[in-house]
Amino acid sequence: MNATESLRHSDAHSPLLEVRGLEKHFSLSGDFLEQLRFDKGRLVRRQEYVHAINGVDLTIQRGEALCVVGESGCGKSTVARTVMGLLKPSAGEVRYDGERIDDLSTRSLLPYRRRMQMIFQNPYASLNPRMTIQETLEEPIRLHHPQWSRQAIRDKVHEVMISVGVAPDWGNRYGHEFSGGQRQRIAIARALAVDPEFIVADEPISALDVSIQAQVLNLLMEARQERHLTYLFITHDLAVVEHFGTRVAVMYLGRVCEIADTATLFAHPRHPYTKALMSAIPRLEDDRPQHIRLEGEVPTPVHLPSGCVFHGRCPHANERCRREIPSLITTDNGAQVACHAIEEDRIS
Amino acid sequence: MSLLDVNHLDVRFALRNGDIQALRDVSFSLDRGERLGIVGESGAGKSVAAFSLLNLISKPGYIAGGSIRFDGQELIGQSERALRHIRGHRISMIFQDPMMTLNPVLSIGDQMVECLKAHRRISTHEARGIALHKLVQVQIPSPEARLDQYPHELSGGMRQRVIIAIALLLDPDIIIADEPTTALDVTIQAEIMALLLSLCEKHNVGLILITHDLGVVSQVTQRMLVMYAGRVIEEGPTREIINDPQHPYTQGLMNALPQMATPGSRLNQIPGSMPSLDNLPDGCAFHPRCHFAMRSDGQRRQACYEHVPGFVTSGNCRVACHMVSEMLGYERIPAEETTS
Amino acid sequence: MNPTSAPAGRWTRFRDSYLLYSFKRDVIAQLSLVAFILLLGVAVLAPWLSPTDPYDLTTIDIMASELPPFWIAGSDEAYVLGTDAQGRDLLSTILYGARVSLIIGFGAVALQATLGVCFGLLAGYLGGRVDAFLMRLADIQLSFSTLMVAIVVGALVKAIFGGDTFGAYAVPLLVVIIGLAEWPQYARTVRASVLAEKAKEYVDAARVMGLSSRRIMFRHILPNTLSPIFVISTVQVANAIISEAALSFLGLGMPETQPSLGSLIKSGFDYLQSGSWWITLIPGAVLVMLVLVINLLGDWLRDVLNPRLYKG
Repeated sequence: MNATESLRHSDAHSPLLEVRGLEKHFSLSGDFLEQLRFDKGRLVRRQEYVHAINGVDLTIQRGEALCVVGESGCGKSTVARTVMGLLKPSAGEVRYDGERIDDLSTRSLLPYRRRMQMIFQNPYASLNPRMTIQETLEEPIRLHHPQWSRQAIRDKVHEVMISVGVAPDWGNRYGHEFSGGQRQRIAIARALAVDPEFIVADEPISALDVSIQAQVLNLLMEARQERHLTYLFITHDLAVVEHFGTRVAVMYLGRVCEIADTATLFAHPRHPYTKALMSAIPRLEDDRPQHIRLEGEVPTPVHLPSGCVFHGRCPHANERCRREIPSLITTDNGAQVACHAIEEDRIS
Repeated sequence: MSLLDVNHLDVRFALRNGDIQALRDVSFSLDRGERLGIVGESGAGKSVAAFSLLNLISKPGYIAGGSIRFDGQELIGQSERALRHIRGHRISMIFQDPMMTLNPVLSIGDQMVECLKAHRRISTHEARGIALHKLVQVQIPSPEARLDQYPHELSGGMRQRVIIAIALLLDPDIIIADEPTTALDVTIQAEIMALLLSLCEKHNVGLILITHDLGVVSQVTQRMLVMYAGRVIEEGPTREIINDPQHPYTQGLMNALPQMATPGSRLNQIPGSMPSLDNLPDGCAFHPRCHFAMRSDGQRRQACYEHVPGFVTSGNCRVACHMVSEMLGYERIPAEETTS
Repeated sequence: MNPTSAPAGRWTRFRDSYLLYSFKRDVIAQLSLVAFILLLGVAVLAPWLSPTDPYDLTTIDIMASELPPFWIAGSDEAYVLGTDAQGRDLLSTILYGARVSLIIGFGAVALQATLGVCFGLLAGYLGGRVDAFLMRLADIQLSFSTLMVAIVVGALVKAIFGGDTFGAYAVPLLVVIIGLAEWPQYARTVRASVLAEKAKEYVDAARVMGLSSRRIMFRHILPNTLSPIFVISTVQVANAIISEAALSFLGLGMPETQPSLGSLIKSGFDYLQSGSWWITLIPGAVLVMLVLVINLLGDWLRDVLNPRLYKG
């Protein structure tokens, strides 16, 4: 551990997490026998894939809260799950603190498991229904600190329950005895129990009621300050992004179309999709919905459009957009945008 | 008289350890062509309120009291046959999950024709014409082709458009929409909401919109109800409530929104969570979470902790809160003794 | 939904559970349980309850064979339910037979469950090739009927070791035969519910924690698949008892010297035409009752444990 410990301090300016050229495809075709098809009298093997993410690059610095936003099916959750090693990427790599982690075995990943933790969307499914809260919280501590005494483990559970605002004497209860907000607090406690430095939060508040969302968001922000956490925060809610994130990546059909500091993005959204997305949030001030109308709907990730994935719905698309995939370019205010129209100064 | 008048509606669920009161003393009304929003968190009773209007609450639930008058006619106690005539024909519903309404093995056209022929004596040909017309109204691309498609061939947004077309099929007076866009993406949600709004305005159809999203309510509705633990706690013109909420819960709900705080600062959270209906606190159901009740003392505190607040009028709004009634100079009279 | 009261102990949790509540309201389940406990009790206590020991050849009097039960003229007071063709007391034989049937039934199910649960967990959790291999294996196993496995194994053992050895090891052999033949039922059920549980986030949470696959399978997933395992177990006990009876009836199961219910039915079958119907029908009735009450209990358990029915 000492080597990594010193590495951590010496490399304070290197990114904590780097994702390069990440791709993830899911096969839709089942096993080998199910892939065989008759086509014009010949037996052929045919495989279809869902292209969940297609070349995503992300860099997260220490202390940042990078929010990934996008609509359902844009691949934001797949990014989170691939970063956490729950899915093996089809291509590309994930580096944590300079080390490549996407190809490690379960055993060699163990030291990283203590440093990076995850919070899930559905608090009703993320706690094992047959385990008490005490058991749920003790398990990660016991795994990562096998030398700790029983009392030390109990003290740690006590401390972390208090820090998320769940009374420690409820430890011998089961998850279903708690409300959604409290369950999410317990799930957060489980993630914090091993004192991680990096947290991946996959839509942690979208299954909760409005008045509870604020509580959990506050808790996550407190944890960030007190424990100097770095976040990768997945959400579809732009209001939460504006409040919580330091930087934002907007995803569409498995690609990042814009990355910028939160303040920059909300002041000057550049990408046509970002603009449409922001105009669609129902605001309390308006009397009338005034959103930018997009043509059609999000295409399925099975048959990806050629060129820019957004061209089918983009009001500014031209021939080049239909043909050529745009790459991220840095604009004058520091935002990175993947759009031919912006590159060519056709739109601002 | 309004088109729809709901008075003192009580709905209970018979469970093994006794009844649970899902709705208590719920009253509201809807004029022709008016758009009403019902707002609340899950378990507040907003869906139960909507379902009970057409007696659609499922088995352990039953209507225990109150009245629902639609177009001068009392709906409670009506035969299933009479209610079925009103359902779909004069009041139609849009559910959160389109598949609750759509039959997966029938084509869109067949479903619409079947629905039309069940209520009107017309030929299949005429019915198809009406169905097509409705699909055009909901701005579905290539509507003729859709008639012969099956629900699973359509995307989520498209399905919800079909649902709206079906809801409009018999030119109803009221559409009840239960979280119609919650399952949809933000950009699609905005379009569906805009469509619903313009159709209701154009055809002078009343809309009861059930949602947890204050933004949607604020954009679409003219009046709104806020529900908490089975009761209506605030009611009035949407603009007035959004701009100046009176009830501490409504205030808390608005203040808790991230857009109300400066980015990165602490959000104004409401402590605790909504009590479950089988374990309601005495007095005002909100008092354990209410900063006003927590800070008050003496007689005031006793009011919040022991007496259910009655409605007081504030501007064009009705509010059920001891604090508001005191500020407005009402005499402190517990609700239970005045209403029942 | 704040937990307000003090944490409940196991007993109070059981007392307030849906299981007990629905049991109290279900007369058929209550009667079935009483009947099952009664049958189980007399079978377990057979050596102490039965008037004679049917395995002890010295007590058998061939002269007292084919005596009718007490309500028919010509019966002997010493043999309440009459005697069989060899003069054994039918009541004692039935008690001992039920004991053998139940031992084989539970033993076979224990074996099936162990194999099926392990294979099902592995197939469901690991997926991919392991899954494909184990499930094809299950398909192949299912395409041999229990009877065929029994005939082949039984014939082989008898041919190699002789009938006496077969007789001596009949109970463990039948347990193995029926256990091996029916494990795919478990494996399929367990695999299906493992797939459902695996999709839930608590399994992802356990993986993110860094737990080993074995611990996730046995500590996290298995406890959550217990309900379907319980339900299928009741059905399988009944099936195993029937399988054993069928095998014994065909002469492939328990030898007549240590009769099970099935071999009793068989032994009386030849005398059915000659008027001694009780040798077949009384053990038959006991068998039907045993299987029926187990199945009724299983039905009740399935209704109670079906989450869709009570979580609304």
